[in-house]
Amino acid sequence: MKKNWLKIAVGVLVVAVVAMVLVMVLGRSPQMQKEVLKVATTTSLYDTGLWDYLEGIFEDRYDADLQITAQGTGAALALGKTGDADVVAVHDPAQEAAFIDGNYSIEAQNFSAERVTWAYNYFIIVGPQADPAGISGGNLTPEQAFQTIRQEGKAEPETVKFVSRGDNSGTHGKEKAIWKAAGYNYTADIEGEGTTEGWYFETGQGMGATLLVANQKLAYTLTDKGTFLAYQGDLDLVPLLDTGGTLLNVYSVIICKNGVHLDMANNLVNFLRAPDIQALIAGFGVPQYGQPLFYPWNPVICGLP
Amino acid sequence: MTEIWHSLTKAIELLVSLDPEVIEIAGRSLRISGTACLLASLICLPLGSLIHSHRFPGKRALINIIQTLFSVPTVLVGLLVFVLFSRAGPLGVFGIILTPTAMVIGQVVLITPLLLGLTISALSGVSKEIVDTATSLGASRFQTVWLVLREARYAVLAGVILGFGRAISEVGCAMLVGGNIKGATRVMTTAISLDTSKGELELAIALGIILLFLALIINIVLNRLQQR
Repeated sequence: MKKNWLKIAVGVLVVAVVAMVLVMVLGRSPQMQKEVLKVATTTSLYDTGLWDYLEGIFEDRYDADLQITAQGTGAALALGKTGDADVVAVHDPAQEAAFIDGNYSIEAQNFSAERVTWAYNYFIIVGPQADPAGISGGNLTPEQAFQTIRQEGKAEPETVKFVSRGDNSGTHGKEKAIWKAAGYNYTADIEGEGTTEGWYFETGQGMGATLLVANQKLAYTLTDKGTFLAYQGDLDLVPLLDTGGTLLNVYSVIICKNGVHLDMANNLVNFLRAPDIQALIAGFGVPQYGQPLFYPWNPVICGLP
Repeated sequence: MTEIWHSLTKAIELLVSLDPEVIEIAGRSLRISGTACLLASLICLPLGSLIHSHRFPGKRALINIIQTLFSVPTVLVGLLVFVLFSRAGPLGVFGIILTPTAMVIGQVVLITPLLLGLTISALSGVSKEIVDTATSLGASRFQTVWLVLREARYAVLAGVILGFGRAISEVGCAMLVGGNIKGATRVMTTAISLDTSKGELELAIALGIILLFLALIINIVLNRLQQR
């Protein structure tokens, strides 16, 4: 009996190891002669189609294979930390600072900085046309609008609802920052109480999916302008508030220290700030939506470098 | 409703015109899940025969555990593979996270219990007399195992096909360890998930139709096998 056990164990081990080695060797796609650059980016950039638009241009210019995975900013930075991504393109200043402080990044060659900004737009608060909480038209700041939504939501959770990304994305980070600036403890007052009271919902999904959920629920939500414009055709939601300094949304790119293709990552940073690409970014979406989804880098608004 | 009809007709257009993107994604799905199914078979058929043909303490418990793992959540397998193979993980040196290789490994892990369990139960269906006859005629242990495997081949094949079905239709593991990278790790299920969340239903529906069609083929083959 003992012997049989041993035989089985050895047999399993041998077969498993052989199989795994086979996968490792055969699985490496041979057609990938080109250098691969792995980019972890945010869903708000990807869902608009901007990356699909830029991908081919970059690949031709640098003879590379650009592989883009779209995740929330939190997940994208996590891939960067482990080195599973070579470079991240994200939009959450607080999480980016933590990433850089944690020594997970390296300087971009031509910019002498870890975090290089390359585009911006604005977050907007969108909601049902009827605007049951009444946040539009009164020149409210984003903080005041959030306070109003919370008050009305507490009073009438059936008609006034707020849908949150709830996924540690850049947009979620911005939302948390606004709740905090409005005087609330996000975890206790909003996530905790709001969920129990039934007016605050977290989807845990990307921006597009969250907009679709808000649309189904006739709820308010915070979204980047680019994704909203790209989805507007499928939505009954309308922009209700789009001014106020806190709504600025800056996109940056950071090279990951633990990544593999760091030279190619430098190329991507240079690429995103190259004048011709900046012009393409400024014009992206204009024919389709009548207005730009992103604005090109601006030193005053985005900061240096 | 008109919106849905519009998407559906567009989807059929994509299928009929053999849209390159649809073909590419469907082909990648078939390649990845086919490889996973083949590797899992290589592991499970010999291992299943071994477990079936030996008596040992805890055999019942082992089979119970294997059967429990039939319904292991796909995201849990994804998490396991991610933790193991991420560059920060113990097997990170291979650098395979966000590649098709990681997806193959994930699917092998996912369907191995299913294939193993179904192989064992298929072999259990073979009459004991056949084994006894073979042994009395002087067949070696290996020859006996081979004979039993041959006797049960249709039931075993049915298990393999079910395993393939589970591999090609899962989304949780593929999304986590593959990252849904266009042109590299985007398969039918992750593409459907992305396109639905993007509100672009045409491609999602086209791929959904292909998946359903595959399920139909699998069903027909299974029925044929069971009639033998």
